[in-house]
Amino acid sequence: MTSFLVRRVLGAIVILILISLITFYLFYALPRDPARAFCGKICPPATLELVRHNLGMDKPLFVQYWLWLSAIFVGRDFTQFGPCPAPCLGYSFATQEPVFDAIVDRFPVTLSLTIGASVVILSFGILTGMLAAWKVGQPLDKIASSSSVIGASLQIYFVGPLVVFFVVDTLGLLPRPSYVQFTEDPLTWFVHLLIPWLVLSIIFTANYTRMTRSQMLEQLAEDYVRTARAKGMSGRSVFFRFAWRGAMIPIITIFGVDLATLLGGAIITEQTFTLHGIGELAVQAVQNTDLPMLLGVTVIGAAAIVFLNIVVDVLYAFIDPRVRLN
Amino acid sequence: MTFPSSTTAETGADAVDTVAAAAGSSAAAIVGRSPGQLMWRRFRRDRTGMISAAVVIAFLLIALLAPVISWAYGKDPSTTYGLNEPGLLNEYGYPILPNGGISGDFWFGLEPGLGRDVLTQLVYGIRTSITIALIVTVLSTVIGVTLGITSGYVGGKIDYAIGRVIDTLLAFPSQLFLIVLVPVVDAALVLPDQESPTWLRFVSICIVLTVLGWATTARLLRAQVLSLREREFIEAARVTGASPARVIFKELMPNLWTPIIIQATLALPLYVGAEAGLGFLGVGMPQTTPDWGRMFQVGSTVYHSDVTYLLFPGVSMLIFVIAFNLLGDSIRDAFDPKTKR
Repeated sequence: MTSFLVRRVLGAIVILILISLITFYLFYALPRDPARAFCGKICPPATLELVRHNLGMDKPLFVQYWLWLSAIFVGRDFTQFGPCPAPCLGYSFATQEPVFDAIVDRFPVTLSLTIGASVVILSFGILTGMLAAWKVGQPLDKIASSSSVIGASLQIYFVGPLVVFFVVDTLGLLPRPSYVQFTEDPLTWFVHLLIPWLVLSIIFTANYTRMTRSQMLEQLAEDYVRTARAKGMSGRSVFFRFAWRGAMIPIITIFGVDLATLLGGAIITEQTFTLHGIGELAVQAVQNTDLPMLLGVTVIGAAAIVFLNIVVDVLYAFIDPRVRLN
Repeated sequence: MTFPSSTTAETGADAVDTVAAAAGSSAAAIVGRSPGQLMWRRFRRDRTGMISAAVVIAFLLIALLAPVISWAYGKDPSTTYGLNEPGLLNEYGYPILPNGGISGDFWFGLEPGLGRDVLTQLVYGIRTSITIALIVTVLSTVIGVTLGITSGYVGGKIDYAIGRVIDTLLAFPSQLFLIVLVPVVDAALVLPDQESPTWLRFVSICIVLTVLGWATTARLLRAQVLSLREREFIEAARVTGASPARVIFKELMPNLWTPIIIQATLALPLYVGAEAGLGFLGVGMPQTTPDWGRMFQVGSTVYHSDVTYLLFPGVSMLIFVIAFNLLGDSIRDAFDPKTKR
């Protein structure tokens, strides 16, 4: 177990370094010069050089990358912005605020979106999938299966505006989606995020319904289920006490991936509902040629994916004793 | 050892067909069928599959015949009718007629702002989006299959290297990298002072979607090859002195076509969605090229006042993706009737 964890974490760190390196080098292939953007419209060559120097952009690429990497652990002093304690991801070129603070600032929005959507997706997706498997071949199963085909084919940028138009603009049932701090007013927080949660879940739930249904059917054909039935256990107990455990393993895998995607910033969702989360930060960073911000968001997003994958693998071992970690 | 009912080896319906054919022609020979023929026979009986195939073909025809359609309809996607003719758009740029300006002249209404014709925009947009999705599906499948088989069959250091590349690519926050990479590839392909032409953006989108898309296919193929490699028939081929090329193309490939085709049918609707997503985020095809994603981008800014404009790209894409997903399911069933969904 320990050696497994050490190996996986080391592997994850290598992947994160690779991803940040790739982002770093790709950024210099971008058509716009960040120093020029930083310098303003009228920019004499001498000032441009000074800005380059202050941003640390006059050093060789590898040195720049090393400075960025080491700052995460030991902090760094910027001539332009002053000291930046660890964990330091640098200062944004566009807004001049520390990248780490900006991400921490936006994180509650993304986290709220993720938590709410996950609750709806998991409970609703697994429930409908189990029901479909329970009543396999009957009308309920057919309704669940066909609506999951439709759900999986929908796009957030289509359903989102439609729901806002009908529920908010036309019927006035719910307020326009926005973020209110949970600590300030939980009820307002809930009501304002309800539409994004539901729209996100329409699209994601389908996958879980289908997966749960097919996994349940597969589990019900297993030997241990037959044994349980043979010794006289009722169909319901077999279904709800035994079979679902086996069915949950692949669900955890895809949930791990989806959770990481959501935590890394659901860009299209945040753009659709103009929520100011990490996804929006990423889009702005691309538009503003803001390297430190882009690096920060990418690395955080990738870290979420990589580490949740490890968590998922460890969870396997707890749920399914047949899994050995090595 | 005898099998009392060896005739049931065929699936029931096929057996009935064979019997009927034999009775009809009175030639008692049992017709041998290739796996492809069997698949086609199973597919033809699947009503959902046939209907969705018809819908998908209809979309492909619309894409192919876009110029013919717009010629017959008498409009083109680039003329700004609303700006050229007074009385079509109001002072805020929205169509004056209700429901997005639907009329006998403009069957699907007018685009708010520029006043272009929605029907021709949509028809040409379908053409752009489906072309990109098809190219990307083919490219990423070819790359994924090649690298996946190499990785699984050769093993060793090559497998390790390809495996790590796949791991890294799958850990990328993909939505973010799509929007980062498109301008980067654009810049890599033109000199900095040149205006980038429209076809170039087309190429960049294809490259970016392919680069981020092949890893899933490669991982799947690698796993398949790893399990097939240990089977007796491969061992037998090796022992009889078959070259690696022969083993791969004659022994492995026939067993891999099914997962490859299934993976490709799953991927294509995803690429349609991803391409439109790029357009929605503003890094898709430039404004002059009709494109599904662009219509969503415009639609999502004007929907408070003109929801009709959003409905046309939305509903048409929904129909296409549903039909394609159902078609994929049917193809899967036809290839491999044992799998349960």
